Amino acid sequence: MSELILAVEDLTVSFDGFKAVDGLNFYVEKDELRVVIGPNGAGKTTLLDMICGKTKPTAGTIKFKYRDLAEMIEFQITRLGVGRKFQNPSVYEDLTVFENLEISYPQRRGLLGSLLFRRDDALLDKIDEVAGLIFLDEVLRHKAGQLSHGQKQWLEIGMLLMQDPELLLLDEPVAGMSAREREQTAQLLNGISKGRSIVVIEHDMAFVKLIAHKVTVLHQGKLLAEGSMDEVQADERVREVYLGH
Amino acid sequence: MQTHIESSSPARAAVANVGRSRGFLERWSFAILAVLLLAALPLSLDVFRLGLAAKFLSLGFCAVGIVLIWGYGGILSLGQGVFFGLGSYMMAMFLKLESTGADSSAQALSSFFGSSLPDFMVWNSIEALPWWWEPFHHVWFTLPAIVLLPALLAFVLAYANFRKRVGGVYFSIITLALSAILSIVIIGQQGVTGGVNGINDFRTFLGVNLDEDRVKIAMYFVTCVLLLACVAVGRFLLRSRLGKVLVAIRDREDRVRFSGYDPALFKAFVFAVAAIFSSIGGALFTMQVGLASPSLVGIVPSVEMVIYAAVGGRLSLVGAVYGAVLVGAAKTFFSENFVEYWMYFIGVLFVVVVMFLPDGLAGLIARVRARRSKAPTPATAPLATATGVAK
Repeated sequence: MSELILAVEDLTVSFDGFKAVDGLNFYVEKDELRVVIGPNGAGKTTLLDMICGKTKPTAGTIKFKYRDLAEMIEFQITRLGVGRKFQNPSVYEDLTVFENLEISYPQRRGLLGSLLFRRDDALLDKIDEVAGLIFLDEVLRHKAGQLSHGQKQWLEIGMLLMQDPELLLLDEPVAGMSAREREQTAQLLNGISKGRSIVVIEHDMAFVKLIAHKVTVLHQGKLLAEGSMDEVQADERVREVYLGH
Repeated sequence: MQTHIESSSPARAAVANVGRSRGFLERWSFAILAVLLLAALPLSLDVFRLGLAAKFLSLGFCAVGIVLIWGYGGILSLGQGVFFGLGSYMMAMFLKLESTGADSSAQALSSFFGSSLPDFMVWNSIEALPWWWEPFHHVWFTLPAIVLLPALLAFVLAYANFRKRVGGVYFSIITLALSAILSIVIIGQQGVTGGVNGINDFRTFLGVNLDEDRVKIAMYFVTCVLLLACVAVGRFLLRSRLGKVLVAIRDREDRVRFSGYDPALFKAFVFAVAAIFSSIGGALFTMQVGLASPSLVGIVPSVEMVIYAAVGGRLSLVGAVYGAVLVGAAKTFFSENFVEYWMYFIGVLFVVVVMFLPDGLAGLIARVRARRSKAPTPATAPLATATGVAK
C-alpha cells in the first residue's frame, strides 16, 4: 500500500441534530483518483466541505499529510496544498480568464506581496501550460463571465491547477457539460492525476468508469461500500440504494 | 517571428498591448483631470470661487476612497465622515492651539484662568487642557497623526469585523452607527470639542496667514496635488495583484479563501487606505474653510460622500473627483436659492443615478463611446446596398 495523503477518521457533523456525515472513515493515497458516489443527501459535498475547511466537523479528525486540518481556516488549508472546486462553477466573472488563473498562482498571497507582485516568466509559462490543459488558451482575454458553463468548469479546474495542490477536491466537475466536453474532461483528469491525488464527486456513471481508480459509496452519511468500479457495481447493498433503479 | 512567439505563448499574447484596447478618455483621464485642476480652474476662477472648489475637492478625497472600498472592494461605508472628521478635528486642534498661543487677548484671558486655553474651553469653564490635546501643540505630531490615527482605527475596526465575517449591509450599519456616535460625542462634550459650534476662529498655520489670497491659492494647489496623488495611489493599488484580488473578493469572497487569500486582511487594508484619504481631505478642508464641525462628521455628510462617488461613477477614481465637485457645486447653488429643497434634490439625484446610471457619469461616457464605435457599421451598410441597387 502506498503512502496516505488524506486520513479522515470517525468524522461526524450534525446540523441541528441531523447527522449529514456520521462516523465516517475515508482514506486517500498518493497519486490516487477516487470517486465518491451516493444518492442525494448522502453527505458527499459535506465531506468535501469539511476537508477544505468550509464546514467545521462536530467530531473526528481530518489529517492531510499527517497534519490536522480541524484547527485551520480555509486559506491556510489551501496554502497547505488542498484545492477545492465547487458544485456550481465559482470563477471570478469580472476578471479575465488570464486574471483568474494569475490570481490563483500560489505566490505572494500576502498583503504586501500582492501589492508588489510582478509577472515573471515562470508565471506566464505556467498559465500557458494550464490554459492549454483546460482548452482555454484561445480565450485568455475574455471575461470569465462570458464563458459557457462547461468552460467555467474547466476554468475552475485550471485555477486549482495553478495552485499546484497535492490534493484536488472536485464537486461534480462535468455537470452541465456536453458529451464531447465530458470526454475531454475525463482526459484532462486522467492527465493531471499523475503526481497528485484527486477526489471527485460525480453522478454520471459512464464518466466515473472513465476516470475512477477506486470508488467510495456513501449512504446517509455512512460508508456503504468501497472498491473498484466493478466490485462496487456488483455489491447488493449498493445496487439497492443507488444503482438499481 | 513576432506572431510565432505570440502563438506559442497565449499568456504573453494576452498581456501584450492591453493598453491599446483602452479608449482615449480612459487612457488620458488622469492627465485631463490634472490639466483641469491645475490649469483650467485656477485660470478661470477668482479667489473666492477657487476656495469653493478647494472645499469640494477636500470632500473629493472621501469620494476617491469610497470608489476603492465600495466600487472595487464591495464595502459600502456610510461612515467616511468619521475619518474626514478625525483629520479635520486634529488639524483644527493644532491650528487652535497655535492661534491661542499667538493671540494676545486670548493669552490675557487664559492667564487669568491660570493656563493657556482655547477660548471655547474658557467659556465652558474647563480649567486645564485635556491630556489628549497636548500633543497637538506640535506639527510633527499632528501631521503624521492625521495619516496614521484614522488608518489604525479603520484597520482595527474593519479587520475585527471582517475576520468574524461580518460584512455587507451589517458592516454598513456599523459604520453608520459610528458616524452617529462620533457626532453625538463631539456635540455632547462641548467643553473639550467645541460642541455644535465646532472649532473655528484660527488664522495661521505655522505663522502663515491662511486668509491671504496668495496663501489660499497655494492651498488650492496643495489640495489638487494631494488629491491627484491619492488618485494615483488608488490606480496603483487597483492595477496591482491586490486590486484583482479585491475585485475577486467583491464578486466571490468565499471563493477567494480557497484561492489561498485572507479576504479580511485585504478588505481591512483598503478600508484603512480610504480612511487615510478621507482624513487628509478633512485636514485640508479645515485649513481652507477655517472650521471643524460636527455637521461634517455625522450621517448626512457621510451619505453625501457616497452620493459623490455614485454620481461620478463608483468604478472610476477620477469620476469621484468630478462627482464631488459637481454635486458640491449643485449643493451650493440649491442651498443658496432653494434652501428647503436641497435634501429632496439630493435624494432624487441618488435615485436617478442608482436606477439609470448605475456606473455614474463615467459609465455614461463609456456607454456613449461604445455606441459610437459601433455606429459606423449600420450607417455604412445601407449606403453600400444603396449604391449596389443603383448599379
